[in-house]
Amino acid sequence: MRSRRFYIILALLLFTTTASLIGAASTLASSETDSSEFMFLSLFTTSSSSIYSIATFIAFLGPLVGITLGFDAISNERSQGTLNRLAAQPIYRDSIINAKFLSGATAVFVVMAVVGLYISGLGLALTGLEPSAEEAFRVVIFFLFSGVYISVWLALAIIFSVVCRHAATAALACISIWLFLSMFMSLVASGIANWIYPLEGMQIYTNQVSNYELQLGLNRISPYYLFSEAASTILNPGVRSIGVVTLSQYEGAVASSLSLGQSLLLIWPHLVGMIAIAMAGFAISYICFMRQEIRA
Amino acid sequence: MKDRKKNTIIRIKGLTKRYDTVLAVDNLSLNIREGEIFGLLGPNGAGKTTTTLMLLGLTEPSSGQAFIDGNDCTRNPIEVKKTVGYLPDSVGFYPDLTGRENLIFTGMLNGLDREESGQRAERLLERVGMSYAADRKAGGYSRGMKQRLGIADVLMKDPKVIIMDEPTLGIDPEGMRELIALIRELSVEDGRTILISSHQLYQVQQICDRVGIFVQGRLIACGQIEELGHQLESEGHYELELSAFPADEGLRAVIEGIRGVGGLQEKEEKGNFRVEADRDIRRELTAGLAENGYAILELHQKGGDLDEIYRRYFEKAGEQDEISGGRKKRSIIKGFWRRKEGTPRE
Repeated sequence: MRSRRFYIILALLLFTTTASLIGAASTLASSETDSSEFMFLSLFTTSSSSIYSIATFIAFLGPLVGITLGFDAISNERSQGTLNRLAAQPIYRDSIINAKFLSGATAVFVVMAVVGLYISGLGLALTGLEPSAEEAFRVVIFFLFSGVYISVWLALAIIFSVVCRHAATAALACISIWLFLSMFMSLVASGIANWIYPLEGMQIYTNQVSNYELQLGLNRISPYYLFSEAASTILNPGVRSIGVVTLSQYEGAVASSLSLGQSLLLIWPHLVGMIAIAMAGFAISYICFMRQEIRA
Repeated sequence: MKDRKKNTIIRIKGLTKRYDTVLAVDNLSLNIREGEIFGLLGPNGAGKTTTTLMLLGLTEPSSGQAFIDGNDCTRNPIEVKKTVGYLPDSVGFYPDLTGRENLIFTGMLNGLDREESGQRAERLLERVGMSYAADRKAGGYSRGMKQRLGIADVLMKDPKVIIMDEPTLGIDPEGMRELIALIRELSVEDGRTILISSHQLYQVQQICDRVGIFVQGRLIACGQIEELGHQLESEGHYELELSAFPADEGLRAVIEGIRGVGGLQEKEEKGNFRVEADRDIRRELTAGLAENGYAILELHQKGGDLDEIYRRYFEKAGEQDEISGGRKKRSIIKGFWRRKEGTPRE
């Protein structure tokens, strides 16, 4: 918590979110016409021409927070020579790795709380918009969700810190996975989908739905995509569905925004999925660590 | 010598550790009594560290058991770690905490509250002579300072048994003297049992009550240093250093004429010899030399020197060039050693 890199990452987050908040506020001010019910929420999702929205920033930079906090959790203890000293104390061996993960996750949630409160406060002061109770809930849920999302990356980073001898290797491995999942996964997904269900000639009619569903399914492997989907659902009550909706299904739908409960229902699988990924990641690092030799 | 009939505190029975193909520790059995300083000697890679880790329950043995103070080291490591302090070979501390904070952290891991561990840390820092640097960041400590802080760290839990892995490595002679004095003090005044693993014979010789010689996972000899010397003698290897006058041509012939002399080497100084024999030839040698009109200036039998004992045991184990030994070479040596092992030693 006291380390320099923790401050750097916190400052980075605060800085980017501030910038994007100001951008969003100015965009909203200039558009004026759109007087939807959920103005306050749109502060988080609106991107100006020059800068991404806050939700996008957190989806993109969040992993960096997790990786920074976790990539040398175990390997650093090992290289400092404190691991065997620590293991020789009358504590269970798994408490070391449990503590590593729990402290990391705590730090993540604290950071998200700080960023959330700061941004909401700043948004409030800057725009004078008053959030309704529902909006406030949605914002809280969004930041909790971000915490879970970042914990996924923390778990991943801890796996690498257990497996890799050198912190640098672990950091590079994490960052490459982060870049791949955030930037290239969608390309890969559409490539695979088009290969399995080609959209050429006559096939376009038969394959379109399967193609899209496969693509979506592949994309959802990536926590980045999961989080983006969930964030847009929770922050934008107008989002009614996150899958394929046929015209017949759409027919007769009431044109209004979803209630909080319904939005939550929609992203519940995402939340469970992400918690599961984080747990699985932690379980892997736990097992690796327990089987590893303690000696340096 | 203190009361040597005390209880056994460390009991190791048939402890074995196998890594894939390598046998790191091979059927080790050993008892260490309370209040004893025991030296586990052996070259690098002999399995000393593996043994110490198994004693702490940090590595699981492939078979066999070890007990410290009645607690099974594998089944009940928490109890064991409460009574055993471990000083690893390259001890490390959290670089952004001060020495004192590092100790307090250890104290709290051992169930002391902050205040209590603060007081204990203060006392121990005093004891190891580190008070002057207590509030400096541990990241800037020198190796010797870390080693001293490491001892304070081990003492934070007030252990009955202390296991030290290569404690004398990389410490200057002055620091070494202090360290040895401190280890002695821990044993004699506090009555703690100390297990030192090392490949540095000289230091170990100074402080250990008993030593065990450990080669390729096997304890090939164990006992007091004098005992080990005697053990070698009884195996038919004697070495004499002899200096006689006058140093002329006949002298050599006289020595060689004595039954049982195996090798004879003249040193740089005339009249000084190293004599190897397969039995005690001192009496015949003196008689023979006197008969031929030579005066003995100096005669002493080698042995009792740990260096010598160590070397002899290594020779016996076919382990002399353990440093140059690659994997292949090792296995050849091992095979050779195994064959030798087959012949009765006594």
